[in-house]
Amino acid sequence: MSEIKFIFDDITYKGHHGEPMSAALLRSGLLTITNSTYHGRPRGIIGLGVEEPNAIVQLISDTKESMRPATVIEVADGLHVSSLTGVGALPEAPDEARYDKTNHYVDTLVIGAGVAGLKAAHEHLQLGRKVLLIDDQPKPGGHLLHLGMNLPSVLLDIFTNENLTYVPRCTAIGLYDQNYIVAVERRSDHLGEAAPAERARIRVWHIRADKVVLAPGAFQRPLIFANNDRPGIMLSHAAATYVAVYKVASFRQAIVATIDNQGYRDALRLHEAGVKIEGIYDVRQIASGPSIDAAKAAGIPIRFRTAVIDTLANEKGACTKVILSDIDTNETFERSADLLAVSGGWTPIADLPTYIGIKPQWSAKHAAFLVNHTTDILQTAGMLAGEFGGDDDPAIFFGPTLNDEQSRVAYIDFQRDATLHDLKRAVGAGLQSIEHIKRYTTIGTAHDQGKTSGMLTIGALWQLNNSTEGKNHSLSPADIGTLSFRPPYIPVPFAALAGRERGPLSDPIRISPLHQWHVAAGAEFEDVGQWKRPWYFPKTGESMDQAVRRECIAARKGVAIMDASTLGKIDIQGPDAAVFLDRIYTNMFSTLPEGQCRYGLMCKADGIVFDDGVTTRLGKNHFLMTTTTGGAARVLAWLEEWLQTEWPDLKVYCTSVTEHIATIALVGPKSRELLQELVTDINISKDAFPFMHSRNTTIDGIQVRIARISFSGELAFEINVTHSYAKHIWERLWTLGRRYELTPYGTETMHVLRAEKGYIIIGQDTDGTQTPYDLNMSWIVSKKKEFIGKRSFQLPYLQASGRPQLVGLLPEDIDEIIPEGAYITLYSAQADEDGKTPHTGFVTSSYHSPEMGRAFALALIADGLNRLGEIVSIPIGKKVLSATICDAVFIDKENLRRD
Amino acid sequence: MLYIPCPYCGLRNETEFHYGAEAGVGYPDPNTLTDDEWAKYIHIRANPKGWLAERWVHFAGCSRWFNLWRNTVTHEIGPAYLPFTEQPKAPSNIGQEEQKA
Amino acid sequence: MTNTNQILTPGTIGRRRAAIIPEQPPQLWKSVKPKKAYDIVIVGGGGHGLATAYYLAKNHGLTNIAVVEKGWLAGGNAARNTTIIRSNYLWDESASIYEHSLKLWETLEEDLGYEMFFSQRGVLTLAHSVSDVRSKRRNLYANALNGIDSEWLTPQEVKKLVPIINISEDVRYPVHGATYQPRGGIAKHDWVAWGYAKAASDLGVDIIQGTEVTGFDIRNNKVQGVHTSQGTIATGKVGLVAAGHSSILANLAGFSIPIQSRPLQALVSPLLEQVLNTVVMSGAVHVYVSQAHKGELVMGAGTDAFNSYAQRGGFHVVEHQLAAALELFPIFSRAQVLRTWGGIVDIAPDASPIIGLTPVENLFINAGWGTGGFKATPGSGWVMAHTMANGTPHKLNKPFALDRFATGHLIDEHGAAGVAH
Ligand SMILES: Cc1cc2nc3c(=O)[nH]c(=O)nc-3n(C[C@H](O)[C@H](O)[C@H](O)COP(=O)(O)OP(=O)(O)OC[C@H]3O[C@@H](n4cnc5c(N)ncnc54)[C@H](O)[C@@H]3O)c2cc1C
Ligand SMILES: [Zn+2]
Repeated sequence: MSEIKFIFDDITYKGHHGEPMSAALLRSGLLTITNSTYHGRPRGIIGLGVEEPNAIVQLISDTKESMRPATVIEVADGLHVSSLTGVGALPEAPDEARYDKTNHYVDTLVIGAGVAGLKAAHEHLQLGRKVLLIDDQPKPGGHLLHLGMNLPSVLLDIFTNENLTYVPRCTAIGLYDQNYIVAVERRSDHLGEAAPAERARIRVWHIRADKVVLAPGAFQRPLIFANNDRPGIMLSHAAATYVAVYKVASFRQAIVATIDNQGYRDALRLHEAGVKIEGIYDVRQIASGPSIDAAKAAGIPIRFRTAVIDTLANEKGACTKVILSDIDTNETFERSADLLAVSGGWTPIADLPTYIGIKPQWSAKHAAFLVNHTTDILQTAGMLAGEFGGDDDPAIFFGPTLNDEQSRVAYIDFQRDATLHDLKRAVGAGLQSIEHIKRYTTIGTAHDQGKTSGMLTIGALWQLNNSTEGKNHSLSPADIGTLSFRPPYIPVPFAALAGRERGPLSDPIRISPLHQWHVAAGAEFEDVGQWKRPWYFPKTGESMDQAVRRECIAARKGVAIMDASTLGKIDIQGPDAAVFLDRIYTNMFSTLPEGQCRYGLMCKADGIVFDDGVTTRLGKNHFLMTTTTGGAARVLAWLEEWLQTEWPDLKVYCTSVTEHIATIALVGPKSRELLQELVTDINISKDAFPFMHSRNTTIDGIQVRIARISFSGELAFEINVTHSYAKHIWERLWTLGRRYELTPYGTETMHVLRAEKGYIIIGQDTDGTQTPYDLNMSWIVSKKKEFIGKRSFQLPYLQASGRPQLVGLLPEDIDEIIPEGAYITLYSAQADEDGKTPHTGFVTSSYHSPEMGRAFALALIADGLNRLGEIVSIPIGKKVLSATICDAVFIDKENLRRD
Repeated sequence: MLYIPCPYCGLRNETEFHYGAEAGVGYPDPNTLTDDEWAKYIHIRANPKGWLAERWVHFAGCSRWFNLWRNTVTHEIGPAYLPFTEQPKAPSNIGQEEQKA
Repeated sequence: MTNTNQILTPGTIGRRRAAIIPEQPPQLWKSVKPKKAYDIVIVGGGGHGLATAYYLAKNHGLTNIAVVEKGWLAGGNAARNTTIIRSNYLWDESASIYEHSLKLWETLEEDLGYEMFFSQRGVLTLAHSVSDVRSKRRNLYANALNGIDSEWLTPQEVKKLVPIINISEDVRYPVHGATYQPRGGIAKHDWVAWGYAKAASDLGVDIIQGTEVTGFDIRNNKVQGVHTSQGTIATGKVGLVAAGHSSILANLAGFSIPIQSRPLQALVSPLLEQVLNTVVMSGAVHVYVSQAHKGELVMGAGTDAFNSYAQRGGFHVVEHQLAAALELFPIFSRAQVLRTWGGIVDIAPDASPIIGLTPVENLFINAGWGTGGFKATPGSGWVMAHTMANGTPHKLNKPFALDRFATGHLIDEHGAAGVAH
């Protein structure tokens, strides 16, 4: 073990590579690590691992993670740490570390590489199973590591078995249904400056195991007495381990206070390491066992029926004297010690099984809650299952009776500064459930989540309940139950759980095959679902408004081009395809001739419009449906659901072809002229190729399907082509289009053009509450057939008068674009006495129309179709705009332009 | 992360599926129902504590809908079965008493 | 009322004392065994049940009331939510009832004589796309007409209010702006329920814990009593205020309601120096976060897809939530998840509550608050008490009747995302 320097609170300490920082600090004689959160009391290290409530520190070096127990930080080159008082800090510096995740499927997962876990791993390997063994320590051995003992060779042998995957520094943080385990592996902190930059700092394991063996071991717990939180008071197992294994030589004279035989074992280890044991004080009447015999043989003074009730401190706050009391006579006496090692019994780590509802059972003999669970898939082992080992006499669950003053400094939850006094107040306030008591006192809510304080609370409550102070005499620990444990078992940085789902990887980005062209053309993009769509194509120095006006004019006066590839496309085939579409759409599709297109509207069963689009009949049994960009997946799922779960008799097959087919819309009075230069196989004249017809042809020998569909009201052609040829076609049009001043446009111009024609956008002009009738689309609702949603139109509210209906709005001020979403009131309406102004609708879409040379809008207005010509008000902050209700079709009502 | 047995693909993580609520609620003849009955069909699905036969679709796999017995208290998974096939019996609740939420 | 929201420079590693927590009162509610009969039995001792009992006693002078709770008091969603309070809902019906509730919040600590850490630190609701902006702004205009405080903030203004937020254009879904309700905020959930429990108990309401309602005594379609794990209790009126368990109880009473029970999760970090003193919500990327008084980050995650009564959700939901949070708040990278948990939320088809009469006479229901009913606790209790005392709904809950599903008059508050805190 090489010696390394590290910094804690600006002071340089020496430690050995890989040992816990807590060991190095103790070896240097540092007892007080911090002051407590609320009471400001000096506190030192008490534990060995994640149970540590006091020594929670901040990393200054490395990734600057806050709130790490000093007991689990391995000393490494460059380590720099500062103390915290129970409140962490978030560094502003960006986190440069990498975090990743892995999935692992395995026959057997063993959690805990102590003797019990290793034995289980051995057993399962013997059966030829693949085993994943994880443990939060740097080395296998668990408890044996604390004892400085080596593993027996049979257990060592498993590490050469190729069916074993062993992951150290890996903590199971959650156990979920069907043996799904989440574990967190710390991969680089322990390497300090030597950590390779590319190595993920933390890896989150998602494990699915046929069988899980839980062998997580146990924590020792402290004892409750006055001033039990002073530096120099430690868990006996931790103290003995620091002294015996990590060669901490800072303690001269120790007192051991115990409720079980563990105290004796630890006293012996301290004694053997040269610490003078002033005495072992055992609260039990009598006890026996080899460790007691050994302590006696070593000449260590032992006294039964004696408990610590208080301690005294030096000027630094560290423990110097211990006040003890004879339980039977209440006679007290004082002893000097610089180490008070306390053994309050073992608390098996029962967290994980409780996450899936397995309740720990109280065992009086162990003075602990155990989970003794064996099913085909899940099994507990070791201390959790009650294997405490040895021939020990049972522990007893005990705390001394303390007066009011003493109980105010008798700590239960060290980190939360919650005391026995707080607990008494909670009981006094009438609280019985441990959950209420937890919330009243805040016990168990700190960084350690009650790992040591939980059982202390139960013990103290039990004692209170059985004393005169208690109001409910019958409660035993079994009745009280444990505090509820919740994942994660130890705190985990957000970054680790976020993994690589960040930045561009946080959600897939979908782009059309023409995306690079749009980027090169300087398009601004808009997020539509996961798609990136060109929003508008500004020329140098142009504002959005200017660009959109220019684009609109091009489409209405010349020719413009738009990438419509993101529209959802579903290929629908089968002998019953037409029947099926009749049921899905509100209008008829079985009557649609081959080679023609029809706009359709679909409703959910509740009669509310949910998607729309044009569907083309490519053959007798073959349709191509288009959906909204955002709705494609929903619609396909909808179709499949009906086909599979309601109408399996229909022979229909639906396939998403959104990504396979690119769609280029060529729009404007000159579009035919331009297209004619490319399309020579077929006649695309007005008469030969009518509106809402579709034709297959070729461009440069490439198969294309052209449809006379218009979402702008202008003459327009939609060219559909296999994804990989889209760029070629687009660029050909672009080159030829130069003569026509072909103008690319984006979604914003598309929105203006369609609004001028009163065409709706689902999700903008609808909000999930409109029927087709509300949208003034009764023409699309077939009276002749059944379709999904039809029945709902008969519900009283869906046919009530006064429903909002889609209409147009012309602002009085022709330059005033009413904000979208603005609410509309009756003309000059005023607020009522409650400060509320009744409204009559709201604006769904609103733009400037270059064609009309004025602002206009679409709106949903109560009974709007019967109110054409009415003037309404639109309050916008302190301003009130006026507008006239009009028909939603603003230009070319006769549909002359589309031909 | 439930582990769900797709009848076509085998056991897969829950994130590959979409949920479809109670199974076996057939599309009624809309025109024979009162408004109340129709509203019930649209909006009301069983929500029991315990075993529920429910619908799932393996959207990130085979895209097929199927039915599954699942316990809403213990999250135990029972048998999966295809639509329009005979529904297997609900699994019994043995051994799950302790898990009552 | 508390106002300790000064922002500390984030990342200055210091030795902060945590905010002091006020001492809890020496006496809370009295836990009692059930009597044989009551005028009114409230089923469910969550926030809404307790508030109902309190307002029945306080506003209507009815005190022969029992609140019957199957577990420990307020241990359901009342103890599990992320405590976001706001009233800037879209539809008039919703805005009215939530705003009524918010007004009650504003004097609740004085009314009940109980500190609740009610803090009007403001709620931001972020928009992440052009269409998101459009619908959020619509909300704003609707709120204005309903007299509800709500403002539009540009990304720069958002940044001013919440300096740790990332408004860069480079993230997957950049912040395009936000609505801001200054009067929105948070409160300490347990103390809210305890405050109501203590006040109700002080007025003579019996609070009965550990007692499950297992059925109803209904004769001539009129409720006469409730069967419980401790025997039958006779009563003239019953209020079902059982959140996630509402459909179970409705079924026991012989009718069905359009509710599905789903897990909804939340999480907290350890105590951290104050970096965030505004509530930030983003439906589009699923982030709901505030920093509570003690200093812990409190975050809401999404609902699981399936029905469950297990009070636990899938971990992938949490992982997804944290990834989204880091996009908005890179500084959270090294914050730790300390504890996650789930509650069972009662989801109605239109994401709006059901409050009012049922097909059974004298049996009333208050359910369907789903992912967002904490903020409604005072208002919900108020109108439920009115409805039960008078046998007819208060004007504020009239639109939320059970029969709206048959008439089609839904109040669709889904908004852009499923979880509406
Ligand atoms: C994780 C999470 C985050 C949330 N975040 C927010 C938020 O930020 N803002 C917000 O406004 N809302 C939020 N909510 C929603 C809010 O918590 C609930 O809408 C609200 O608490 C429900 O009312 P309640 O308090 O009365 O419910 P509960 O506290 O659940 O009360 C119902 C009670 O009924 C009892 N009960 C059930 N069946 C029986 C029976 N048979 N007999 C006797 N008793 C019975 C239950 O044990 C329970 O105590 C959140 C919810 C969750 C789960
Ligand atoms: Zn499958």
